[in-house]
Amino acid sequence: MPETDCFIAHMTAVSFVRMMAELSGLPPGAALERAHEALFYVGLGEARYRKLGTYSLGMKQLAKLAQAIVHGPKLMILDEPTNGLDPPARQRMIRLIHEMRDSRELQILLCSHLLRDVEETCDEVLILKAGRQVHYADLEEERRTNKRFLELETAGDDGGFADALENLGCECAVTSGQRMKMVLPENFVIRDLYRLAEERNIQIRRMNYRRDSLEDIFLKAMENSDGRS
Amino acid sequence: MAVHKRSYRGYAGQLTPLWSRFLIITRYAFKNVFQWKLLTAFFVTCFFFPLICAVGIYVNYSTHLMATFGARWHFDVDAGFFFHFLNTQGSMAFILTALVGPGLVSPDLANNALPLYFCRPLSRAAYVVGKMLVLVSLLSLVTWVPALLLFTIQSSLAGGSWMSANLWLAARIFLGSGIEILGFSVLALALSAWIKRKLAAGAALLAVFFFGAGFGEAANAVLRTNKGALLNLGRLIATVEAHLFRQPWRSPISAGSACMVLLAVSGFCLWLLARKVRAYEVVRG
Repeated sequence: MPETDCFIAHMTAVSFVRMMAELSGLPPGAALERAHEALFYVGLGEARYRKLGTYSLGMKQLAKLAQAIVHGPKLMILDEPTNGLDPPARQRMIRLIHEMRDSRELQILLCSHLLRDVEETCDEVLILKAGRQVHYADLEEERRTNKRFLELETAGDDGGFADALENLGCECAVTSGQRMKMVLPENFVIRDLYRLAEERNIQIRRMNYRRDSLEDIFLKAMENSDGRS
Repeated sequence: MAVHKRSYRGYAGQLTPLWSRFLIITRYAFKNVFQWKLLTAFFVTCFFFPLICAVGIYVNYSTHLMATFGARWHFDVDAGFFFHFLNTQGSMAFILTALVGPGLVSPDLANNALPLYFCRPLSRAAYVVGKMLVLVSLLSLVTWVPALLLFTIQSSLAGGSWMSANLWLAARIFLGSGIEILGFSVLALALSAWIKRKLAAGAALLAVFFFGAGFGEAANAVLRTNKGALLNLGRLIATVEAHLFRQPWRSPISAGSACMVLLAVSGFCLWLLARKVRAYEVVRG
C-alpha cells in the first residue's frame, strides 16, 4: 500500500479492487466476490459503486488498503497508512491493522514517521537513518523492562524507607527529599511496597512506572547514531 | 472473509496462469474504451466501406443484380483494389488510434497507478503488451480482417484459380496491415506514456503525422533535398504498402529506406515506453 495517491479515478471501487485481485491471480468470479468482501471489511461497502475520483482522502486510503488485502497476501507492506487521515479515520485504520495482525494470517511491515501509530500496531521496530539500521527494539520486551523501573513520591518521615526497600532487593536512588527512583527485582510484588509504607506511616503520593515511549527510544537511537558518526 | 463476518482471511484458492495476466489489462481497457459512445459510433462507421466493397464484389459477379439495377460498371479485384482498400481503412485506423491510444497509458500515469500494477506478478512488458493489444485488435478489425474477408468473398465468387493466382495478396494484406498497426500502436502508446493529459496526447499524435509531413516538405524546399519525406510517417507507410502490392508509387525514397525509418521510429517509441512505464517515478525539483 503506497503512501501517495495511486488509483484509477474513472473506475468504481469495486471494479478497481476486482482488477487488482485478478492481476494478483484470482479468477474473475473469486476476484469479484473478494472485492466486495474487502470493501465491506475496510468499511467502504456502501460506497463501493462510487468512482474512486469522488472519494475523500480517508476513503482513498481505505480503498488502497482494500486492494492490498483483496488477494489475501501473506505479507503486506504499509507505507504511512494513516497519512492525512482525520482522527476517526486514523482510529479505524489502526483498528483494521490490529485486526489483521491479530488474525495471524499475514505479516505486516509498517513504515511510518508517526511513532504513536507504530507503537499501537507493531511488535518490533527497526529505526533507520539514511538507509541504515540504527536501532532494533522488541516493543513487548521494552514494555516488560519498563515495568521494572518505578518513580515514587512520598510524604511523611521516610527515614529508613529506602533502606527497607533495599532489604527487599530493590535498588533505590533518592533524587530529592521525598522522591526516589527504584529498580525492582524480578519477583517483587507491589503490595510489599504498600505494606512497608503503612508500617512506617508513609503516604505514597505518586507512583509511576517509567515509560520509555517509542519517541524516547527513537531519540536515543538518533543520539547514539550521531555519536557514532 | 464473508461480508457478514467482516474479518480478514487469506486466499488459498486456484490462481490463473501467470502468462494470461496481460489479458486482464486488455479486458479492462476495452471496457473503458467502449464507455465512450462517440468512439463506438466511429468504430461502427469504420465498417461501412468494407461493407460497400463486399456488396460491390458480390454485385460484380451477379449478372442478375447487374441487370436488375441496370449497372454497367465492372471493377477488377486485384492488388490495386486491396492497396486502395487498405489505404482508406488505414486512414480510419489512424483516427481510431488518435481516439483510443491516448487514453490507454496516460490515466494510469496521471493517477500513479503503475506501482499498484507492478507490485503484483505483472511485468512491464506484459503491461505494455496488454495495452497494445487493445489497439492491435481494434485496428486489425478495421484493416486486415475485412480485407481478408473481401479476399475470401472474391475467391469464392471468382473460383479457385483466382485464389491460387492471388494468394500472395493475402500474405501482403496481413504484412502491410501489420506494419501499419504496429507503427500506429507503438507511437500512440509512447505519446500516451509521455503526455499525461489524454487530449494533449491525442493532439501530439496528430501533430507527429501532420506537422511531420509539413516539416518534411518545408525541409525539402529549403534544403533542396528529398530526404524530408523521411519525416512523413503516413507517406512512409504508403511507400511500403505500395511496394508490397507492386503498385506504381511516386516517392523520392525507396521502400527499404521507408522500412528502416519505420523500424527506427518504432524502436525509439519502445525505448520511450521503457523509460516511462516503471513501478516508480523520480520527480526532481
